[in-house]
Amino acid sequence: MKLSILVYGSPNGSQAAATAYRFTKAALEKGHEIYRVFFYGDGVYAASALNTPPQDEQDLSSLWRELGEQHNLDMVVCIAAALKRGVLDPGEAKRFEKSAHNLSAGFTLSGLGQMMDASQQSDRMITFGY
Amino acid sequence: MSTTAKNILAVMRTGPYGNQTAKEALDAVLTAAAFELPLSLLFMDDGVFQLLPQQDTQGIGAKDLSATLPVLPMYDVERFYVEQSSLESRGINSAELILPVEVLDSEQVKVLFAESASILSF
Repeated sequence: MKLSILVYGSPNGSQAAATAYRFTKAALEKGHEIYRVFFYGDGVYAASALNTPPQDEQDLSSLWRELGEQHNLDMVVCIAAALKRGVLDPGEAKRFEKSAHNLSAGFTLSGLGQMMDASQQSDRMITFGY
Repeated sequence: MSTTAKNILAVMRTGPYGNQTAKEALDAVLTAAAFELPLSLLFMDDGVFQLLPQQDTQGIGAKDLSATLPVLPMYDVERFYVEQSSLESRGINSAELILPVEVLDSEQVKVLFAESASILSF
């Protein structure tokens, strides 16, 4: 089945973010296709390269990046939701004259149109959080 | 795109203020409308509070979402549903809401979910 994953929960604020990751990993292992992982709302915090959890705790940003690399996942972060929460790529940092950028490798900033495209191209949208 | 497009059901389940959820849900809904995708909205649980008239957000520095929701019919979004028990348990009368809604009981909500090709839950 062709699935898209919507991640709304923040890595630290809800179980949903970790469950989204494990669901995605399990779906891939079962042979399903992941059309897109779309991070929205507080879910965008998973795309910050500055998350630095203690060594004995789960690091969702790294886990997503590794899974993304392994399976060539399309991991899209809503640009409006990301900007307001301080998750910027180099282009946006320059555009808004910010001194730093922090979008983790493997993630792309894009618009809500990507969520709508996923709704049209996927057999199922699976929501985590809210 | 709209002739073969999958119909989307946006489920609004959170109150309008207190976090960004309802605001960001509305942004997603407006995007779907701008793409001319066939779209229905279902308000349930605390989401029914989004439909109350005379919202005044001046004191909390938040955007008044009730000013935006009524523009949806201008984007040809015209199917608005509200779950009956969510209204009843909150003492809200469907006649006082800011959008023309159809009230559904839980059986009809089940059918609505089953008939929707794609569900966006907020």
